[in-house]
Amino acid sequence: MGYTITEKILLKHAALKSVHPGEFIHAKVDLCLGNDITAPLAIEEFEKLGAKKVFDRKKVALVPDHFAPAKDMKSANQCRCLADFAGRQGIKHYFEVGRMGVEHALLPEIGLVLPGDLIIGADSHTCTYGALGAFSSGVGSTDLAAAMATGEVWLKVPESMKFVFQGRLNKWVGGKDLILHTIGDIGVDGARYRAMEFCGEVIEKLPIDDRLSMCNMAIEAGGKSGIIAPDKITRAYLRAIKKPAKPGAGKYYASDKDAVYCDVREYDCRKIGPVVACPNLPSNTKPAKALKNIFIDQVVIGSCTNGRISDLRIAAKLLKGRKVKSSVRLIVIPATQKIYLDAVNEGLAKIFIDAGGVFSTPTCGPCLGGHMGILAAGEKAIATTNRNFVGRMGDPTSQVYLSNPAVAAASAIKGHIAHPEEVA
Amino acid sequence: MAFKGRAYRFADDINTDEIIPARYLNTTDRKELAAHCMEDADKNFAKKARPGDVIVAGKNFGCGSSREHAPVSIKAAGISCVIAESFARIFFRNAINIGLPIVESKEASKGIRGGDRVEVDTAAGVVKNLTKREKYKIEKYPPFMQKIIKAGGLMASIKRGSR
Repeated sequence: MGYTITEKILLKHAALKSVHPGEFIHAKVDLCLGNDITAPLAIEEFEKLGAKKVFDRKKVALVPDHFAPAKDMKSANQCRCLADFAGRQGIKHYFEVGRMGVEHALLPEIGLVLPGDLIIGADSHTCTYGALGAFSSGVGSTDLAAAMATGEVWLKVPESMKFVFQGRLNKWVGGKDLILHTIGDIGVDGARYRAMEFCGEVIEKLPIDDRLSMCNMAIEAGGKSGIIAPDKITRAYLRAIKKPAKPGAGKYYASDKDAVYCDVREYDCRKIGPVVACPNLPSNTKPAKALKNIFIDQVVIGSCTNGRISDLRIAAKLLKGRKVKSSVRLIVIPATQKIYLDAVNEGLAKIFIDAGGVFSTPTCGPCLGGHMGILAAGEKAIATTNRNFVGRMGDPTSQVYLSNPAVAAASAIKGHIAHPEEVA
Repeated sequence: MAFKGRAYRFADDINTDEIIPARYLNTTDRKELAAHCMEDADKNFAKKARPGDVIVAGKNFGCGSSREHAPVSIKAAGISCVIAESFARIFFRNAINIGLPIVESKEASKGIRGGDRVEVDTAAGVVKNLTKREKYKIEKYPPFMQKIIKAGGLMASIKRGSR
């Protein structure tokens, strides 16, 4: 029997003769990462263990991005904890404010993620890197501490689910809509403990930014990982990176024809329009067209899901020459310094500011109710982020709707949740 | 291991934002985290819960972020055990790794009401509902995880070199 791409990567990193779903393995990690929320706990555990040195100073990444630039004194201390540990340990991939970005946008952008890699991160959206054909999965702080000390992680080999996207993409539809549609179909625990493999003619043509959005939200269906077989689009993306942070080209795995899947689902993309996830679960999806008279107080465009340059370009296309509704706050947060600078050079920043929006330095900020746009009691927001749980962006009585950047931008103009066609 | 306490009921898909909201993640102080445990699911939980009490929930408990602060806050609040129909995977591994006892049991999740007195015996593989005089079966952990649990968590098991 054949292997899926996920099983092949795990097999390679576990130094075993075979692997089977359900089996427990110890696997070597190519990269482990943490942020200003999860790494301080990991560093405590690392030091309690009595570990002296990280297993490989080039294979640990520390990114202060959640509450950075530090939002208060306690957060400042947590960021300090990362900087000090990185200094003591000589960690190569530590990113100070001014060089940092939202971790899952930053690490692929600088070429720290390669096809075939095995990556774990103390952040649930670590699954993002599957977009480049890596196995990557979110873990906790103790796991990160163990990986920093030993270079290994314990894993249960997941079953794989295959999602085949046929047809072609409709206008104003991107990777975000495909993944929201999928989560709406299978539910927030529909892929619990499983690897989600995305394929089909639509995925084969899908740009990397959209692939990153899709794999990013695998966790929102309970998935252990999301993955797309690397191809010529992946190769072109990696080739375009100036001065990659990691040498080599990676390893291009693909699933065998006779690989085993616990579930296979096919979607006809011609039937998928822009999708919105309504409060309070990412699976509570509706077509954007079906939502009427949902007035909003805030729009957030950014995050590890949709804060990339292509997302900002889509939003700017709709906002150009238009104004944000007087009752609405628009907050645009490019996910990395490079995206920020590109947006300035391309004139996107000016479009957002002219429209009456905020254009901010990179941070996870409002996505998790951290800072830079917390919601008041009873307020509603539409955001290109990834979660809409109770109190996610602020007060427990506030509500978050999730969408792609086009729907978010159209909604900022109209003052209510709107299909991009209403303003284009 | 055996635990006895009063049950607090929660719904399906209780996420880590409800268990410990991000506004409290600017600290790793156990006491502070305990004071806000389950705050966005039940505002007064941390005040009501007594050492030894048990959380009982539906499916997919602990979905959402990877924050280990979630099981840490539950453990620090004195909760002896979490019983759920199923757990989200990162929460599950975090709980195993830090030594917070968690039990998967569909029967127990369905049968236990808020306020019931509950006894959990992981060695015998059974949950007893002392109020309703019922018994529920527990899913047993695979030997791989039992080793980590027995050692008292992942770090302890690495220290012992027991992998």
